[in-house]
Amino acid sequence: MSATRWQQAAPALGVLLIVALAALLQFAIRADWVDGYTVPLPSEVLASLPRLFVEEHVLARFAMTAGETFAAATMALVAGLAFGIVLYRWPRLRAAFEPWVAVLAAAPLVLAYPLFLVLFGRGPLTIVVIGFASALAPVILKTVEGFAAIRQVLLQVGRSMRLSPAQEFSLILVPAALPHIFTGLRLALVFALINVVGVEFLINLGGLGQLIGELSERYDLPGTWAAIGLVVLVSVLFFVVLDAGERRLGRRR
Amino acid sequence: MTDAALLSVSRVTKRYGPRNGGLTAVDDMSFAVERGEFVSVIGPSGCGKSTLFHIIGGLTQATEGRVSVEGEAITGPHPAIGMVFQEESCFPWRNVIDNVAFPLELAGQGRASRHATAQGFIDLVGLRGFEQRHPSELSGGMRQRVCIARTLAARPRLLLMDEPFASLDEQTRMLLGDKVLQIQQQLHQTTLLITHSITEAVQLSDRVIVMSYRPGRLKRTLAINLPRPRTADILVSPEFGTYVAELWNDLRQEATRGLAEAEG
Ligand SMILES: Nc1ncnc2c1ncn2[C@@H]1O[C@H](COP(=O)(O)OP(=O)(O)OP(=O)(O)O)[C@@H](O)[C@H]1O
Ligand SMILES: [Mg+2]
Repeated sequence: MSATRWQQAAPALGVLLIVALAALLQFAIRADWVDGYTVPLPSEVLASLPRLFVEEHVLARFAMTAGETFAAATMALVAGLAFGIVLYRWPRLRAAFEPWVAVLAAAPLVLAYPLFLVLFGRGPLTIVVIGFASALAPVILKTVEGFAAIRQVLLQVGRSMRLSPAQEFSLILVPAALPHIFTGLRLALVFALINVVGVEFLINLGGLGQLIGELSERYDLPGTWAAIGLVVLVSVLFFVVLDAGERRLGRRR
Repeated sequence: MTDAALLSVSRVTKRYGPRNGGLTAVDDMSFAVERGEFVSVIGPSGCGKSTLFHIIGGLTQATEGRVSVEGEAITGPHPAIGMVFQEESCFPWRNVIDNVAFPLELAGQGRASRHATAQGFIDLVGLRGFEQRHPSELSGGMRQRVCIARTLAARPRLLLMDEPFASLDEQTRMLLGDKVLQIQQQLHQTTLLITHSITEAVQLSDRVIVMSYRPGRLKRTLAINLPRPRTADILVSPEFGTYVAELWNDLRQEATRGLAEAEG
């Protein structure tokens, strides 16, 4: 098989591996190597899906969680680019604040959810804001890293052609740093999704996070696992879209 | 001041402060480039050629002295000057035609018209058929030609090049020298070429300016009275050999000194 054929087959291989692991788990539970009470049968998890669709408005919840995550990550991208360019342009600011941004990236902001509740009320806004706040730091860090890695001579070409700061930003800085920015955006989506689902779960409101909370309180283990699977599906969806976007924008550099 | 030289460099000195090594990279250099002229600046590695290039391009401030274009003093990058850098500088995210069309895009030209113009310069540097390729798919020599075409597309009155072929192998360099001769003939492009290759300087130039090593001073100017249009044939003519020998004589001492200082 040629290299490109392998590349095309790789995603199918990944799915196959998941299916194989599920089958293995199924077998392990049936054989009583794994306790069927704490870990539900994969077949039961799968069987619970239709029920979730009919009784729990899963589609609407899926859309809500995905939408909130998307909103949070998009805001983080815009704000992250802005902060990124500021830290890049003023190295002293970068020296002063980059460590703090790194600390922020590692901080479990979600634990401060009561504060956000007070500030933004118990609604989707709070969820999006917490998602945004957790996704912002990685975008800033990756953006600055990307800008700083640009070869000086490319910027000199821009200067010799007398680009305005806005032209330099959109025609050189961003395209040159695009791979880094995409990495930042990937991290942003991951961080946003984790926190959106986490807050939905904690404050019992909205999308898939709340559903997971409810189902687990009802001891509906197959349903809980199926709902967790749907969260994974949200992130798979984002990654597929992002991959396609990156391939379009940043081919062959 | 219509009769002012296209480029005039007068008493230009560049000193790096003590924090940057306290070095005089360019010392009191004066020369001019007339319209239509092809002038080379030649000197050993580290003698201050790139520093001079950046000063003329308006990217670095001279410590003393003045650079002017058509009598107008330069305070920053000047639209009449187009620069080709020593380091390869194509935009890796753009294909060849969009690299070359870049200055036209800045000027607000529409896509069709700028691509038509860019195509002309791509043909000129001999890259027809590679319009849709990305720089990563080209050889070093081809990439440098893309950079030259991109700079030419802005129609600069002075083409300023800093060792554009330094990183290329000997054969490629000679072929590109031919290309530059062709461009010179077709566009009557006024050019200031910075190089450390003696043959390149003699093959291409009307005048060669020799720089000394530390401090980087103007050591002498040599007029190259070889007939134009020139072809690769002049490389084997006896006059060519005489010029090369003369320049080598000048440069040998400088290069030896440079080498000794670098090793000591
Ligand atoms: N920003 C700087 N700060 C301090 N010293 C510098 C700086 N830039 C260049 N120099 C020094 O100035 C001298 C001239 O450098 P320059 O790059 O102009 O040489 P060059 O003739 O272009 O050499 P090459 O042929 O190797 O490209 C060198 O000794 C270099 O170390
Ligand atoms: Mg140099």
